[in-house]
Amino acid sequence: MNSKSLKLIYNNSILGPIIFFVLLFCVPLVSSSNYLFSILTMVGFYALVCIGLTTLTGYAGQISLGHAAFYGIGAYSSAVLTGTYGLNPWVAIIIGAIISAVVALIVGIPTFKLKGYYLALATLGFGIIVYTLFKELSTITGGSNGFFGIPPISLFGFEFITDTSYFYLIWIFVFFAILFTRNIIHSRIGRGLRSIEGSEIAADAVGVNLMNYKLQIFVLSAIFASVSGSLLAHYVSFINPDLFVANTSIFFLIMVIMGGKGNIWGSIVGAAMYVLLDEILKHYVPMLLPNVGGQFEIVFFGILLVLTLIYMPDGLVPRFEKLISKFKKKTPTNGALQSTISANATGGDNK
Amino acid sequence: MSNKRPILSVENLTKVFGGVVAVDNVSFTVDEGEIFAVIGPNGAGKSTLFNMITGVLPSSSGNIYFQEKRLNRKKPYQIAQMGITRTFQNLEVFDNMSVIENVMTGAHITMKTNILTAGLRLPSVKKEEIKTMERAIEALEAVGISDLAYEMADRLPYGSQRLLEIARAAISNPKLILLDEPMAGLNSEESRQLVEVILKMREKGMTFLFVEHDMETVMSISDSIVVIDNGVKIGEGTPEEIYQNPQVVAAYLGDEEEEGVEAYA
Ligand SMILES: Nc1ncnc2c1ncn2[C@@H]1O[C@H](COP(=O)(O)OP(=O)(O)OP(=O)(O)O)[C@@H](O)[C@H]1O
Ligand SMILES: [Mg+2]
Repeated sequence: MNSKSLKLIYNNSILGPIIFFVLLFCVPLVSSSNYLFSILTMVGFYALVCIGLTTLTGYAGQISLGHAAFYGIGAYSSAVLTGTYGLNPWVAIIIGAIISAVVALIVGIPTFKLKGYYLALATLGFGIIVYTLFKELSTITGGSNGFFGIPPISLFGFEFITDTSYFYLIWIFVFFAILFTRNIIHSRIGRGLRSIEGSEIAADAVGVNLMNYKLQIFVLSAIFASVSGSLLAHYVSFINPDLFVANTSIFFLIMVIMGGKGNIWGSIVGAAMYVLLDEILKHYVPMLLPNVGGQFEIVFFGILLVLTLIYMPDGLVPRFEKLISKFKKKTPTNGALQSTISANATGGDNK
Repeated sequence: MSNKRPILSVENLTKVFGGVVAVDNVSFTVDEGEIFAVIGPNGAGKSTLFNMITGVLPSSSGNIYFQEKRLNRKKPYQIAQMGITRTFQNLEVFDNMSVIENVMTGAHITMKTNILTAGLRLPSVKKEEIKTMERAIEALEAVGISDLAYEMADRLPYGSQRLLEIARAAISNPKLILLDEPMAGLNSEESRQLVEVILKMREKGMTFLFVEHDMETVMSISDSIVVIDNGVKIGEGTPEEIYQNPQVVAAYLGDEEEEGVEAYA
């Protein structure tokens, strides 16, 4: 038995991710629309958050309605440390990530004693507390007026200012986040996480320390959200607390579920779907229904979430994969190949 | 069995649910390398006893010792790490994984990969994964379902899921395995196969504590038997002694005598 046999269970080829990202990075060669890049960049920010969230929700089966808090902690850490104290943006990103990790640990220890609805409520409450802090600690954060003048990020003398430069920057982070997370899923740790969703009592009985695993993955997902928030702060140069309200947390979860909660690529698909639909809504709803207020988004995505859960509970990507494997199975195959296909479907992401 | 060394001691163990005494002051000792059966009618308290030993339920009073170490108040995962694994009466396979992944999850405590080394996929991680996969195949071969390795666990027939739970419990090389009604739902061919598996594993040094309603199996493979009725221990001994215990016969065995004694070799 050699390393090839592992492929029967997990597809760890980096060919798929590389092709995807090379194609994506070629987009600037064919288009120079700032609008397009601002959209793709936002998808990247959301995707980075969702990759972390999907390991927590999709693989370990633990819900969080508070991830906008970590997104915000990253953003405000970077804003304050670079804007007020003049720190190097990269150092600020790391400090923000450490703060988020510590907060996640402190919040996670009592919170993950809860399950289901109670866990959802507790994380939602945590998000609201952090949002309130952003608003009320106005001497540091600028309060409701927001924080202005966050300097751009730079690397080896190159200043990231244009939409295109941030597009490259965030998607490079997404690329490594995808690989890192997929490696985790396809390992002892991933099985430990998934065993929690499979059967907590059996996970416990084979020696998986449930609390420890939930905390570790909560911390990891908080770090991803934090880094995304930090980069966002430099990109938009102005942030206010409303970017990090509870609705944002809910939207993150909707992206994860729409894309497919047990699939890392689902994070990207879910984020893209959300940004796309949101743009369409913002454009057409005021034209069609001029009297509708700003809350139509949450109504629309709320309904979409319910429909997804009823008709496509696995989300878009797994649905798509099932179609592909059905198609493949129609061609005559021998037993070994057959099991490779079903094993790949199991592994989740076989790009 | 010459030099008997105790591996598990249960002392005056009691479990009260509200007003119901599910396990009432039960004591027994399992020796190393034994196949030890717990029998009793439905609702006797057998599963509750298992749940206390594996830390799923706290005991109301009494003590449990595993190799001289007290197990009370230990969490299930800590007890697993000490070398006790189990299967469940109502199947608890990881239905979101393939069969082989289920078994590899059973090897969790024997592995070293952590979240950082996994994320960076260091060479040591890959090596460990390959080794674990090989061991998982062996464990599946041992219970005779290696041909199903790459199926999703929830697609397996009931009997195969039972065998899968045993492979998952055995791969970490525990000292003691608890089986809660392993034969339930198996056809006679599968049961026969499972008996062989248990005997083979015992030869490798594992100790078994099991609950089973199938008297023929119990009488043929057990070294010792404890009989529980209504939470109370009403008998203990070798299969022969159990048959000669009038209280047990009256309470439980009834008219099954002939076949059982024959099967005992
Ligand atoms: N969590 C619980 N809460 C309350 N009562 C319980 C609980 N678990 C078990 N019981 C009760 O304890 C008694 C023993 O149940 P247990 O499941 O241990 O029996 P058993 O010997 O395993 O039976 P079976 O052969 O049917 O599996 C029963 O009366 C049962 O109703
Ligand atoms: Mg029972």
